[in-house]
Amino acid sequence: MADAKVIPFDDDRSRGAAAQRPQRRRSAGSRRKGEPAVVREVQPLPGRAVPQDDGPVAGEEKAPVKPQEGGLEQRIAGGLAFLRRRLTGDYEVDDFGYDEELTDQVLMSLLRPLYEKYFRVEVKGIDNIPEKGGALIVANHSGTLPLDGLMMQVAVHDNHPAGRHLRLLAADLVFVLPVVNELARKAGHTLACAEDAQRLLERGELVGVMPEGFKGIGKPFSERYKLQRFGRGGFVSTALRAGTPIIPCSIVGAEEIYPMIGNAKTLARLLGFPYFPITPTFPWLGPLGAVPLPTKWTIQFGEPIHTDGYPQEAAEDPMLMFNLTDQVREQIQHTLYKLLVQRRSVFF
Amino acid sequence: MGKVVLVTGVARRLGGRFVRRIQRDPEVERVLGVDAITPEHHLGGADFVRADIRQPTIARVLAEYSVDTVVHMDVTGTPLGSGSRATVKETNVIGTMQVLGACQKSPTVKRLVVKSSTNVYGSAPRDPAVFTETTPPKSLPSGGFAKDTVEVEGYVRGFARRRPDVAVCVLRFANILGPGADSPLASYFALPVLPTVFGYDPRLQFVHEDDVIEVLRIASHEPRRGTLNSGTFNIAGDGVLLLSQCARRLGRPTVPLLLPVVTWAGSAMRTVGMTDFSPEQIRLLTHGRVVSTVQMRETLGYEPKFTTAETFAAFARSRGPGLLPPEALAAAVDRIAALPALGGGHPPTQSAN
Repeated sequence: MADAKVIPFDDDRSRGAAAQRPQRRRSAGSRRKGEPAVVREVQPLPGRAVPQDDGPVAGEEKAPVKPQEGGLEQRIAGGLAFLRRRLTGDYEVDDFGYDEELTDQVLMSLLRPLYEKYFRVEVKGIDNIPEKGGALIVANHSGTLPLDGLMMQVAVHDNHPAGRHLRLLAADLVFVLPVVNELARKAGHTLACAEDAQRLLERGELVGVMPEGFKGIGKPFSERYKLQRFGRGGFVSTALRAGTPIIPCSIVGAEEIYPMIGNAKTLARLLGFPYFPITPTFPWLGPLGAVPLPTKWTIQFGEPIHTDGYPQEAAEDPMLMFNLTDQVREQIQHTLYKLLVQRRSVFF
Repeated sequence: MGKVVLVTGVARRLGGRFVRRIQRDPEVERVLGVDAITPEHHLGGADFVRADIRQPTIARVLAEYSVDTVVHMDVTGTPLGSGSRATVKETNVIGTMQVLGACQKSPTVKRLVVKSSTNVYGSAPRDPAVFTETTPPKSLPSGGFAKDTVEVEGYVRGFARRRPDVAVCVLRFANILGPGADSPLASYFALPVLPTVFGYDPRLQFVHEDDVIEVLRIASHEPRRGTLNSGTFNIAGDGVLLLSQCARRLGRPTVPLLLPVVTWAGSAMRTVGMTDFSPEQIRLLTHGRVVSTVQMRETLGYEPKFTTAETFAAFARSRGPGLLPPEALAAAVDRIAALPALGGGHPPTQSAN
């Protein structure tokens, strides 16, 4: 932490980007074919004769090393095997309806262009997420549509060295809407309630929560980067009960994708939504107005706050809950301001 | 002196199977099967008493044979033969009240086992993903079999309060499937084309008939060392299947319909009397339901022999292939993989990996 303060801002940025890009690509390539982590370590050696198993990785990253047909053939075979499994229903989902195969091979690939090309997400502090065991990632929430949660999921998925999957806790509205609820369940999201969160944490999963909820995501543009109240702090007691660390996460860039300048409350009530955003382009330009602005994003995972030192009954102590909630909130807010100072512009 | 076990609802296949199984247990001296209609299947060496549990005669049966264990299995969602929904509801609710009243009067009854269902939790989008025995349902079932089970369990709780000396075990079974299941869900899966709700893919859990029989047996005997068999338990196979997965494994195409259309069509078909596709069934097939079976493992001490997927596979085998058998689809994909244009020629087993 002390080191990071000494390094100038611009230097830090370019270094971070350079160090991260290749790693993400590599992990994305090997993961897509469902290969074990060992391959990732073997793969970077340049002049090595590539064995059969490395085919897909080589085909994607270093085409000249191996003839293109080999990689293509492998990829077609892989794709057909995937198709075969899907068509015959021969895949597994967990109790929450999380379909790991579909998430890895389809849903993440659909979100990746948005993540890499559109928002050009830069990820910092990924090492703060533990290699294994449960952890609760607490992030700020903004942007009218919950794209920030999805981008955070891609960020963890593509950058974490252990290839961990983030399980997001979503508002109940998500599970009421058709299609959305189906995709959310398959992507590993579940209802933001203490029961589900605790069950996931006890299973050693990485859980993501945005305690600001609708207050955060539906706040007007004038209040951007001002954290709202963190619910009732339920996430702290859940983490305490499970004894898992809390990792604060600050997301910069999501606030500006849909600058919400008004809220059509009557229309929202009519449709049953918590708010109905009015932006400079929406709903005036129709569906075109729903295209988010291409802002440049930064997602920073902060230092974990450990909760395993507290006694069992600490989860029942409201004062401690408020203090810990404030601590998490302060840390996120502080990091947000720091990242905003470092930011050159909203779009670059 | 051996036990005298009284089983209600023996005219159904499951009841008949349980009667045949439990009389093989050494500690059981006599088994009495009770139902309003004579069963078509044989009951082994058990005595059949033709009695309607909605009538107070059940109390006389209990007293006459000095029954000490009552297994109440006549809590069901479908009518037997030609019955209406009203008859089913009467049998479920009034029948349970009569059985419980008879048990309360009887000095010999030591143990009561009630077959309930995970329907008591309802299905709603705002519920937690996994129900435990203590989860309060967000929306109480408004009608149908689910409401019956909620009421039945309420009466059973009242009985347990009034007769603390009787060990009461309520078993909440997930959807029971097996080679010969006759539940509403089984008849749904028998349709050539499965109507589904557009935009929803519910999570379903199944429990195999063999496991149902075993759990009922454990609950009706003395608890084994280190276990406890009174209380409420969720009974389900491990794992979860999505409805889309079920359809693909059965080889039946699905037709996604909008939720209002499904609700409307369901009520229209009920009115005509074609099927009993009840609203709670539609809710289950919209939002799904998954229960935690930790209590079953740790307190009741039972490990199900069949997972949800294995139960469903056994069910699918007994039903024969659908319009799109998974084997045919797999073979078609393999044929594409073997096309020379795709650099194929490798055996299909390779692409199966």
